[in-house]
Amino acid sequence: MSKTKVKKMMFILSKATIENVYAAFVMANGARMEGIEAEIFFTFFGLEAIQKKKLNHLHVATVGNPAMHIPTMLGGLPGMEALATKMMKKEMEKLDMPPVDEFLEILSASGVKMWGCKLAVDMFHLKEEDLIDDLDGILTIGDFYSKADVEGTQILFI
Amino acid sequence: MEAVLAGIKVIVTEDGYLEDFSNWNKEIGNEIAKNEGIEMTDRHWEVINWIQEQVKAGTALSVRGVKKSGVVDIKEFYALFPGGPLKVSTKIAGVPKPKSCI
Repeated sequence: MSKTKVKKMMFILSKATIENVYAAFVMANGARMEGIEAEIFFTFFGLEAIQKKKLNHLHVATVGNPAMHIPTMLGGLPGMEALATKMMKKEMEKLDMPPVDEFLEILSASGVKMWGCKLAVDMFHLKEEDLIDDLDGILTIGDFYSKADVEGTQILFI
Repeated sequence: MEAVLAGIKVIVTEDGYLEDFSNWNKEIGNEIAKNEGIEMTDRHWEVINWIQEQVKAGTALSVRGVKKSGVVDIKEFYALFPGGPLKVSTKIAGVPKPKSCI
């Protein structure tokens, strides 16, 4: 057993860009691999990552992302996001990073609890059947906080 | 550093992984498991054998690889080796600690 003082990682995922979604997934999976509990609260655009119809079509952001090293004007051209996303997915596959749907399966099987944010679900008029079957439920932020119930819990907003 | 496992003097890393797989035998695996609080069963050994085969074949270990293994699914993997399944199982298997983040 690892000697870390972190016992539980709780992620609030509010964005739907690939780099943010994968950041949350890799960290949640990494926590479980170290024997640390992990939960993810999907809110606002983060909900795209658990919508059956959308989760495999997430994009990397090419506009307003200086790390892309392309002029913002070009990043906005049609097809740029798709192209950049395709390239990034290819690189991720080389590293054996699973696609979003398979990653969600792995997280659920690994014991990561996944929650939808009630306010955002209502706001986007989503129904339970729009969301992945592995979802553990729909919560308010207060309910989510109440799950921070062990010494050594960290809450991270992404 | 030196350690005595199952009556044999071996060199282990700071985290307790065998430095040299050729020192490994089932008794040593059993003793490492006991230190990790695990009582080995046939299912555990099936997974350990699979891990050793993967490492021998030069395949990097990851939880995704476990999912595709056909030997064990992720849920059972976590149940068999609680508290960090890949870290614990590789230690019992006598192979190096995996470096993958996934």
